[in-house]
Amino acid sequence: MTTGRASRRLPVIICIVAAMMLAIAPMPEWASPFRPDWVALTLIYWSMLLPRTFSVGTAWIVGIVLDVAQGTLLGQHAIALCFLVYVTVKFHLQFRVFPASQMMATVFAMLAFYQFILFWVNGVAGVTTNAVTYWGPVITGTLIWPLLTLFFGGVGYRARHGS
Amino acid sequence: MVAARSSNQHRSQRTPALGLRLLLLAGLSILILVIDHRENHLDAVRRAIGATVYPLRVVVDAPVAMWHWMQESSESRNDLRLENSRLNAERLLTHARLQRYSALEAENARLRAMLEARNRVTEEVRVAGIMSVSANPFRHVLVIDKGQSDGVYDGQAMVDSNGVVGQVIETGLFSAQAVLISDPDHALPVEINRNGLRTIAVGTGEFDRLDLPFLPNNADVSKGDLLVTSGLGGAFPAGYPVAVIDSVTRIPQEPFAAVSARPAASLNQVREIMLIWSVAVDDNKAEAEK
Repeated sequence: MTTGRASRRLPVIICIVAAMMLAIAPMPEWASPFRPDWVALTLIYWSMLLPRTFSVGTAWIVGIVLDVAQGTLLGQHAIALCFLVYVTVKFHLQFRVFPASQMMATVFAMLAFYQFILFWVNGVAGVTTNAVTYWGPVITGTLIWPLLTLFFGGVGYRARHGS
Repeated sequence: MVAARSSNQHRSQRTPALGLRLLLLAGLSILILVIDHRENHLDAVRRAIGATVYPLRVVVDAPVAMWHWMQESSESRNDLRLENSRLNAERLLTHARLQRYSALEAENARLRAMLEARNRVTEEVRVAGIMSVSANPFRHVLVIDKGQSDGVYDGQAMVDSNGVVGQVIETGLFSAQAVLISDPDHALPVEINRNGLRTIAVGTGEFDRLDLPFLPNNADVSKGDLLVTSGLGGAFPAGYPVAVIDSVTRIPQEPFAAVSARPAASLNQVREIMLIWSVAVDDNKAEAEK
């Protein structure tokens, strides 16, 4: 049982760490407003697939680490990811049977919700930013979602069949 | 069928717990947010988690560092010779300037002694590299490869060879985050080198522009004036170049002129910066020691 759960967890943890690295990877100046929310996308996928293993607790810890890595206010990404994963886990059975286009629309809405929480916390804390920059990650994140599901699908298959 | 039922059972058991957990964690996040925003009690926590993030930063930085290393090691002998001679010439020039500087410094010390000015500030400078890691997406922040273990402290000033770059805002154990002077939340006390007029340079969120919003319409300021740090505010030592004024628009019905300046340091292209340790030296004590 333990080995089974561990082997199922490990690939996902690697995915989350990789997403975190992509979140802090250097990008050219013009492209950085369009960096997708890698960590948010990864957590949406895996909490939808394994809602009992990766739930709001995981999201919170990942969020805190992301806050430290990016130097944002401590708790900002944590709270945003918590809400995001809560919605995903709550409706994971519906999300799993959504057709691709409907799922993309859902991901769009959820990423917008996620960015809204970040924007809100920034607003309360008095961090001034251009409101337009919050839309870049939402759009690129939605566009990259199908590719990401293909990739994660492969990872999940390998994890399940132990190849 | 059995599987479906068990998953349903689990769901009915877990759904209220999930909502409760969300509430608890959200509450905890808000608490942490407030504590982190109001005061800096959580620096130790940040540092502890930051130590676990550091390997990630190193891995992310590695390809770029490797690329630079490869570029350097594959440079031709001719290029190296050219660079060497250029650097030698530059060194000679700087040395010549430095000679004059030391004479000026001695004169300054003498004059200060005559005025009985108490404190003089000596500065220690050390070079730090910038890690190719992108940080806070909402602010102009970069990550440097020196941290608490090298004596870096919060609020420390950072310059490059042309002028002021920014200051350290968060010190980890092996790396630190620094805010650039172009950050919209950063303001820097400056003075105009030509006439000593003091004002404040505020970041705009653009790498090549600073705003000077508090200069009255009749202020003696013109295009091309050099702004240097005034040393007021305590974070930056006085006399480092900050920016050059590139436009002055006086609008008669407004109380303040619209003045903008271009930073002397190329903020988005720096790869190495210098950290400044300011050490206040009591002149009388220094004299006594002599």
